[in-house]
Amino acid sequence: MIAKQLSVFLENKSGRLYEVMEILEKENINIVALSVADTTEYGILRMVVSDPEKALKALKDNLFSVGLTDIVCICIPNEVGSFSKASKYLSEEEISIEYMYAFALNDKALAVLRTENNEKCIEVLTNKGIEVVSADKLKKI
Amino acid sequence: MIWNKTIECRDREEMRELQSKRLCETVNRVYYNVPFYRNKMQELGVYPEDIEGIDDIVKLPFTTKQDLRDNYPFGIFASPMQDIVRVHASSGTTGKPTVVGYTRKDITTWSEIVARTLNFAGVSKDDFIQIAYGYGLFTGGLGLHYGGERLGATVVPISGGNTEKQIQLMQDFKTSVIACTPSYALYLAEAMQERGVDPKSLNLKVGIFGAEPWTEAMRENIEESFGIKAYDIYGLSEIMGPGVACECEAKAGLHINEDHFIPEIIDPNTLEQLPEGQKGELVFTTVTKEGLPLLRYRTRDLTSLNYEKCECGRTLVRMNKCTGRSDDMLIIRGVNVFPSQIESALLKINEVLPHYMLEVDRINNLDVLSVLVEVDPVFFSDKIKELEKLNKRIKKAIVDVIGINANVKLVEPKTLGRTEGKSKRVVDKRIIQ
Repeated sequence: MIAKQLSVFLENKSGRLYEVMEILEKENINIVALSVADTTEYGILRMVVSDPEKALKALKDNLFSVGLTDIVCICIPNEVGSFSKASKYLSEEEISIEYMYAFALNDKALAVLRTENNEKCIEVLTNKGIEVVSADKLKKI
Repeated sequence: MIWNKTIECRDREEMRELQSKRLCETVNRVYYNVPFYRNKMQELGVYPEDIEGIDDIVKLPFTTKQDLRDNYPFGIFASPMQDIVRVHASSGTTGKPTVVGYTRKDITTWSEIVARTLNFAGVSKDDFIQIAYGYGLFTGGLGLHYGGERLGATVVPISGGNTEKQIQLMQDFKTSVIACTPSYALYLAEAMQERGVDPKSLNLKVGIFGAEPWTEAMRENIEESFGIKAYDIYGLSEIMGPGVACECEAKAGLHINEDHFIPEIIDPNTLEQLPEGQKGELVFTTVTKEGLPLLRYRTRDLTSLNYEKCECGRTLVRMNKCTGRSDDMLIIRGVNVFPSQIESALLKINEVLPHYMLEVDRINNLDVLSVLVEVDPVFFSDKIKELEKLNKRIKKAIVDVIGINANVKLVEPKTLGRTEGKSKRVVDKRIIQ
C-alpha cells in the first residue's frame, strides 16, 4: 500500500519548476498531487505521479537532484471531521506526520502523508476503516 | 614637519647607495647564518661577492610564504634565539602559522618606521592615539603601539572590539587619532549614531586604517562620518608588520620606508623585474633586519611604484593602493582566506560534491562570505530539516577551518562552474579601487 513520491531539489530560480514540468510532459507522465516546500534559497518539489520510476529516470538524466520517498495516500469523504478522525487515530498511536499535503474535490478528499512509520500508519488507518489508496490505483487517478 | 628629513627627503642616488650597502650586508648575513638561503643561493650559483649593489638584486632567489611554513617555526631566523626578543605569528588556519622574530634592534627599527608613518599622516607627540587593532600574535596592535610611543604621542592600548568602551574613551580622553581596520571605523560610526553620539562631536582628527583592502568610497564615507582625514597604512608581518608603507597628507600613494625595505615589482608569471610605473607583484627585500631578514619576499599584492618626488616633499618611493592579488587569497574581515581551505572543509562532508563557489560582499560595512555548495544527489533528502542540518554541518566545518562564519547556500548538482581548465571559484563583489 506504500506509494512512491518523487522529491526534487530545486533552487529558487525562475523557470526551474517549468523545466521539471516540461520533462514530465515529454515523458507523458501525469501529476496526481504536487506540493512545493520552500526556504529562502531552495525548495523541495514533492509529487505523486503516474509513473514514478520513469519520472525519476527522466529527471536524473536531466541532472536534477531527485529521489523517491515512501508515502501514504489516503482517501476520505469530503465532509466536516473526516480528517480530524484520521489525525486522531495517528495521534493515538503516536505516529507523527513529517509533512503532508491534501486537497478536496467533489465528495472526496485525498491526503498524501509522510510519517515516521508508514507501515504502521497504513495498518492503523486501514483498521479504522480509512481508505488507503494503493500505488496502482494512484497511477490511474 | 618631517620626522627624519635625511632619510625621507634623501636624494634618489644617495638612497640607492644606502640601499646597495645595506643589501650587501644582508646578503652576507643570510648566506652565513641561514642554511635555507645558503642552499638556495648555491643552487642558483650566486655567492655574496656577486652582489655589489642594488642592481644585482635580480640575481637573488625569491622567498615565499610557503618557505616560511616549510621552515616552521624558526628555521629562517638569522639570529640566535637568545637575541630574539619577540615573535609574532599569523593565525595559521591552514595548519602551520607563519612565525616572525625580532631582535631588540628590529623592534627599535619597527618603532621608528611606525613613528615615521604616523608622522606621514600628520600625527605628532601632542596626539592621543587609540589603538583598536588586535594586540597579541597579530602585528597590528603592538606595532602601532610601539610606534606611537616612539613618536611621543599618548597611546591608549584598547585593542579591537569592546565598542562601548571605545566610544566612552574617545569621549573622555578626547582621543585625536584612531587606528583600526577601516571596516571597524565604519562600524564605530554607526554604533555611535545608534547611541545618539555624533561622531563629529569627538576630538578625532586622523584615522590610520589598514589590515584589509578598502576603497576610495569607504575613505569618503569615513572622513565624512567622523570629520577626519583617513590614511591607508600597509604592512605585512613577514616584512615587519604595519608601517612598511603609509600614505602622507597628499594621499597620492603610500611612501615605502625603503631605507629598510627595498621594493621591486615583478611579473608574477615570468618573475622578471618590471620597470617603474608598471603594475605587477610587489616584492620586498629587507635590508636592516637581524632576526628574520628576507630576500625578495613575494607579497602577492599587485601594485605599481612611483619614484617621483611627492608634493609633501618626501622622495621616498610610493606604492599605489593594491588592486588585487597574484594568488587566490581573499582578505575577509582582515583574515587571510584561501579557497583551498574551504575546499578542504567541504571534502570532509560526504553529502556535498567538491564543487563550490565563494561570494564575498560588503554588507553594512562588514565583509560577508557566502559559500555555494552542490548537494550530492545520492544523499539528497526530501526533508527540509535534514537539509538544514547539513547546512549547519557545512557551516561548522568552514568556521573550524577559516575562523569566519560563512553563509552556506545549497545548490543543485552540476550548476556551479565547470569551465574547461581553471574554474572560477570566487566572485568578489566588494569594489576595491
